[in-house]
Amino acid sequence: MAETVAGPAHDVAGTAPEFPMPRASGCPFDPPPGLKELQEQGPLVKVRLWDGSEPWLVTRYAEQRAVLGDPRVSADTDRPGYPTKTSAEAGEGKLSFIMMDDPEHARLRRMVTAPFAIRKVEALRPAVQRIVDGLIDDMLSGPGPVDLVEAFALPVPSLVICELLGVPYDDHAMFQDNTRTMVRTTATPEERGAATREIAGYLAGQIARRLTDPKDDLLSGIAGRVAAGELTHGQATEMALLLLIAGHETTANMITLGTAALLEHPDQLALLRDTDDPRLVASAVEELLRYLHITHLGRRRAVTADMEIAGQVIRAGEGVIMVNEIGNRDPEVFEAPDRLDITRDARRHVAFGFGVHQCLGQPLARMELQVVYGTLYRRIPTLRLACALEDVKFKHDAFIYGIHELPVTW
Amino acid sequence: MKVELEADKCVASGQCVVAAMDVFDQDDDGIAILLTEQVGDDQIDDVKEAVAVCPAAAIRLVGA
Repeated sequence: MAETVAGPAHDVAGTAPEFPMPRASGCPFDPPPGLKELQEQGPLVKVRLWDGSEPWLVTRYAEQRAVLGDPRVSADTDRPGYPTKTSAEAGEGKLSFIMMDDPEHARLRRMVTAPFAIRKVEALRPAVQRIVDGLIDDMLSGPGPVDLVEAFALPVPSLVICELLGVPYDDHAMFQDNTRTMVRTTATPEERGAATREIAGYLAGQIARRLTDPKDDLLSGIAGRVAAGELTHGQATEMALLLLIAGHETTANMITLGTAALLEHPDQLALLRDTDDPRLVASAVEELLRYLHITHLGRRRAVTADMEIAGQVIRAGEGVIMVNEIGNRDPEVFEAPDRLDITRDARRHVAFGFGVHQCLGQPLARMELQVVYGTLYRRIPTLRLACALEDVKFKHDAFIYGIHELPVTW
Repeated sequence: MKVELEADKCVASGQCVVAAMDVFDQDDDGIAILLTEQVGDDQIDDVKEAVAVCPAAAIRLVGA
């Protein structure tokens, strides 16, 4: 059994449960039952990773927020004790500021915060509505069934982030395919490296062009930082790569998972479909973010100085993993946490993480999901799965949980 | 009651603006700014929500 906070740190070495854990068959929307059991055992529990290392798993909401908000934990993957997700990830370079600590993290992040301000995101809402309506028009004008991933869920965030960055959407097949390889946990280091290099090379070229011929887009803003000597061309490329790939697999999988979950909860789907209250749509987005959760491998950090959490001393050089998926199902914070209820106030969820690394794109993601969830089921009220839920292929093999293909008809 | 904001800590999540639009705004870079330091009773719940959702713990509600 798992070592708990009450036990000494090393007397049961080698017996920690493995992480990640499998979900229960037939329960694709719920966290693995083993994780819920660990949460009941204590707020901090040791787990064993692919490489035999045994970091702490932080199981509860309050402790997850405390650790993610603590400056004594590092997001630098090169730090001793950092719990890597796969051997491929262990050998990788930095993905810009998400793998850095302050003050360098803050310096770089602030260079790209402007377009994610609430008012700027709201100004994009009509354009996102047009994109969503256009894709639904295309679906309705053709034969069903269609794969909702290809026809709708992936194009929505892809078109939006391309527009924001200034990347031509015509090139989407290249970076969507490579992004898919980058988030696949079974990809070899060589495959991941090649995929990363192809997108990075493409973006480096886009940035180089904007050094001499700037436009009104985010890539030109990043190129301007290079011209001003604030970024190297390499740092600018890493930053552009982070922004391009972060927008794809995240929002797309929330769209498909959310749709599949709502189709399994027809009462909740009906509430959402029949409302014209934007507050209920926004509330549904928060609840689906809380209930579903795509970052199933957790937020990972290396501890840089001894710290005490929930009575347990975590030593410098140890790793910590915050599985926000079970933090969002913590019964201390959310009543009847395993129930999907779009009318509850779920805004305090940690689906976007917490602390200084909390998702930069969250206002954009929220707005896109509000437009999507507020439009798709109203425009296609007869939307339904075109296969049994048991036949839907869920992404157990990806850094971002979700759905590989979602056949739907109407 | 009085709101205090440590703008140096702000990570531009904008969640304070979503929670309490009458009290918080953002500058051109998305960094939070205070529209008012004194909040009335009708705004306290919204500001408490802003305190709770701020990922950078940059907001405090002080005073009686």
